[in-house]
Formats: sequence, C-alpha cells, structure tokens
Amino acid sequence: MHRAKISLILLTFFIFFVSCSFRHDNNEKAGIQIKGSDTIVNLVQVWAEKFSQNNTAVNVGVTGGGTGTGFAALLNNTCDIAMASRKVEEKEINIAKEHNIFYEEYIVGLDGLAVLINKDNPVQKLTMEQLRDIFMAKITNWNQLGGQNRPIVLLSRESNSGTHIFFKEQVIRQADINSKDEFSPKALLMPSSQAIVDEIYQNPNAIGYVGIGFMNDQTKAVAISARNSNDFIYPSIENVMSGKYPISRPLYLYTNGFPKGFVKDFIDYTLSEQGQKVVAETSFVPIKK
Amino acid sequence: MNSKITDYIIEKIIFLCGIIAIVFVVLIFGFLLKEGFSFFKEYGIFNFVFGKYWYPSSDPASYGVFSLILGSLLVTLGAAIIAVPLGIMTALFIAELAPKGIKDILKSVVELMAAIPSVVLGFVGMVTLVPLVRSVLDIPTGLTAFSGSIVLGFMAMPTIVSISEDAIRSVPWQYKEGAYALGATKWQTIRRVVLKAAMPGIIAAVMLGIGRVIGETMAVLMVTGNAAAIPHSIFDPVRTLTATIAAEMGETVRGGLHYRALFGIGLVLFMITFLINFIADLFLNKNKKR
Repeated sequence: MHRAKISLILLTFFIFFVSCSFRHDNNEKAGIQIKGSDTIVNLVQVWAEKFSQNNTAVNVGVTGGGTGTGFAALLNNTCDIAMASRKVEEKEINIAKEHNIFYEEYIVGLDGLAVLINKDNPVQKLTMEQLRDIFMAKITNWNQLGGQNRPIVLLSRESNSGTHIFFKEQVIRQADINSKDEFSPKALLMPSSQAIVDEIYQNPNAIGYVGIGFMNDQTKAVAISARNSNDFIYPSIENVMSGKYPISRPLYLYTNGFPKGFVKDFIDYTLSEQGQKVVAETSFVPIKK
Repeated sequence: MNSKITDYIIEKIIFLCGIIAIVFVVLIFGFLLKEGFSFFKEYGIFNFVFGKYWYPSSDPASYGVFSLILGSLLVTLGAAIIAVPLGIMTALFIAELAPKGIKDILKSVVELMAAIPSVVLGFVGMVTLVPLVRSVLDIPTGLTAFSGSIVLGFMAMPTIVSISEDAIRSVPWQYKEGAYALGATKWQTIRRVVLKAAMPGIIAAVMLGIGRVIGETMAVLMVTGNAAAIPHSIFDPVRTLTATIAAEMGETVRGGLHYRALFGIGLVLFMITFLINFIADLFLNKNKKR
C-alpha cells in the first residue's frame, strides 16, 4: 500500500516533467506568427490581411506587446517575425548567439514620434532640452513653459516598448550613449499608445509621446526644435521623410537567420511597391517614394 | 474479486486527483523559490526589497520593489476600506433584514457581480471612473491608487458578501431568540449577538476578499497609472507588484536577470497571499470549533 502511494507520486512527477519537455514541439505549424512593437502592429495587421488574400493557404497571426516582447519571442522560438521600433541591441545579439539565434534585419518604413498635449493646453512648441527637462520632472508646471498654472502629468510607455527606449535615447539622454539619465519615476507607464491618446484627450495636464500614426483631431501635437536650432518642426509625414523632424526613426522586421518559404514571401511583400503603399495608408512614412 | 479491483482502482484515481493539487502547489512554489533565490543571490535581497528604483531595461538595471510593495499595499488598503463595511452591511441586510423577494434578487445580483471579468471592470473604470476622479477631486490625473481601490473594492465585495452571509446565517437561532426574550431590540440583537457570533466567519470573508484584491492584475494595470514612484497619498499614481509582472513578463529572456527578478516579485506576492490565507484559515477553524 505504502509502496503504491510512492510509485503513484513518482508517476505524477514523471508525467509532469515529460510533458514539460514536449512544450517546444510546435515548429511545424502552417502559418506565420508575428510579434512585437505596438507602434507598427496596425500596419503589420493590414499587411497580414492583404498577404493572406493573395496566399490563402497561409495563416498570419499578429500580436503586439512591445518591441522587447518581439525579440524575446524570437529568442524563445514562439514567433517567426519580430516587429521592432528600435534597432536590436548589442547585448541582445550576444544573448541570441548563445541560443543559436541570428537576427536578420529589414527596414520596412519610417516613423516620427509626436509629442501630444490636450487641446485646451495653449503651449504650441517645445525645444528638445525643454522636452527632456519635462520628462525628467525638472519642469513640473505648465506655467514654466508659458502655459496655464497646471501640474504636468507625464505619460510614457512601458519599458518593454521600443518607443519608450527610443524616446529615452533620443530625448532623455540626447543621443549621448554615456548618459545615465532616466525618465522620472513619476512618469505614468501606460499599457498602450492608444491609452496615452485617450488620457491626453480627457486630461488638460497630460503630455505624452506616440508614433505619428496615433495623431488625431482630439489631441494636439507640439512642434519640436532640434538641438541647437531655432526651427520648430511640426510632426508630419513630409517632415519625417525629409529628415527635418528631430524625433524620427526607422521601423524594423527581424527574422531568425535568412527567411525561407512563406516568411520570405511576406518580407518581400512588405518591401514591394504595394507593401509600401500600405505604409503610407496607415500614416507611417514609406522608405522610398 | 472483480468489485474489489474496481474499488481499488477508483480509490486510487480519487487519491491521484487529490494529490495532484498538492503536487502542483509544491512544484509552483519550488519553481518560484529556485528562480527567485538565484536572483536574490545575484542582486541581494536587501537591494531588492528596499530598493527605491525599478528600471529593468536600463544598463545597469535596478530592481528595487519597495515602491511596488507600497503601491500594492496602498491599493489593497483602500479597497478594504471601501469593500469591508459595504460588504458586511450587505450581508447583514440579505441574511437578517431583507424581505424574501428582495433577498433572492440581491443574492443573485451579488453572485453576478462576482462573475464580471476583471478586464471589463478595468475598462469601465478607465473610461468612466478615471476622468470622474480627476475632475471631481481636482487632482493632476485620475489614474491613481484611489481609482484602483474603488475598482478592486467592487471586485472584493461579492466574496465578502457571500461568505459573511453564510457565517451570519449559521448563527444558531436560539441565540437570537434568547436576545429577544431578554428584551433586546432588533439592532441590539444584530450588533451584540449575531455579529459577535459570526465574527470569525466574517473575518475569514474579509481576508479572502483581500486575497483576491492583492492578486488582481488586469484592472489595476488599467487604472492605477503604473508610475513606479513612492506614493505620498492615495491620490498619487502607483504601480503594483502584479501589474509589473503582467506588463513586463513578455519582454524578458528566459533565464535572464530581469526574468528572475519577476519571479522574485512572484515570491513576494506568494508570501503575502500565503499569510492572508493562513490568517483566514485560523479564523475559519476557530469558527468550526464553537
């Protein structure tokens, strides 16, 4: 009786561990899994739909979560393509090498980061230095910027967001790789770009940053001047394409090694003329005219 | 002989089902311990628990959860202050005062409340409650611990109501008859006899309700603002332990420091809920012995 009990317990453990070791066995599915940046999830979703119309045999699944999520998923072998709104870091490449993963990079479009404020906020333009001081909580009231006497509420994305990291590098750290400056801990980390737009729409104190695809009539974008320049540039597709707007960046797709089969077809499609037309339609900036 | 074998097999199947729950809890705890402790060894448990800054994606990263623990406790405390009096009074009303028709409706409505998914509550809170909190209280943003407390209070209430109602109803009727016979009014009977006798059950209900609040993730992620700064009042934005795990688990690489730091948070949460369940059990057992 006692022995039976022990053998049963052992059996349970055995079944558990065996089932654990089978969990990676899902490489054979007939479809493409795409994960990563929330910034371009809408764009890639449209690509996926159009691509599926022409290739009915292929099932394309697109999920967001943030650029970091995409890289981690590629590393953990749970997706075929990672969407990214920043370049892969040296550190991440090294970790990937240990896991026998080699990131292959494709630039598929451009994006500008718009700084949004509420429509009732009279502030029209900000310099990069002011923007940095705002997000580091050195400037805490709108009246220091010529606005009303209101506290500033900072809206940021989660730290797994490529937008968050790009903004940190370009604005908070002013593109200085040795800088250790951080977002103020008082910054609210919002779960999505849409959540930032929604909060700005109803809160006159708020300021936040989103891809220009998320700009709308319910909020107001401010013009930004580059470092050491007095030209305030409004975030628009033309200004991003010409390189005048100071906070713009390329958008990437990453695969593990050179893609084959459907994954290659999909990447080729995104870079084709039709694919780039979709980029413009979803308010991003195409790489070539 | 044949029926003996069937008996034996069925007995073993039932035993297996019973033991599986224990095995899973032990395995989960073991896994948490393994990942959590390897993190503590590398980063230091003191730096982890009392560190002020949570910057997981910086270089070098800092993993201080002090502000997150405070955030979780603040939201939970606020939710308890809202849900406990409301819940106990609703339970009293259902068990002692309500007429039959209202009682049935109320009971099923409370049960329905328990079935609302937390994402839905969080979404409704984000769209309606957050702007309201900001404009009524005139504070910089409505995404605060206070909004989180209200939403979570709503989630804890059904648990508190149904368990304390059971406790109140299981007070022997002789106690009440005795009180009335001594000339006590209805309110005196409820306050001095019924509530006193049902107290251990009510405390257990409160503890289970709080256990649900502290483990809740989706709703708080949507309404508390997620700023990892030490809050100065309940009207500041906070970030909770659970929201941190949910928001960041996707970006971590299996086995990395950040990944194990999230397991460290899991371990802290496990300790807190274990403590709460333990206290609840203590009171439930006390109730049974009477």
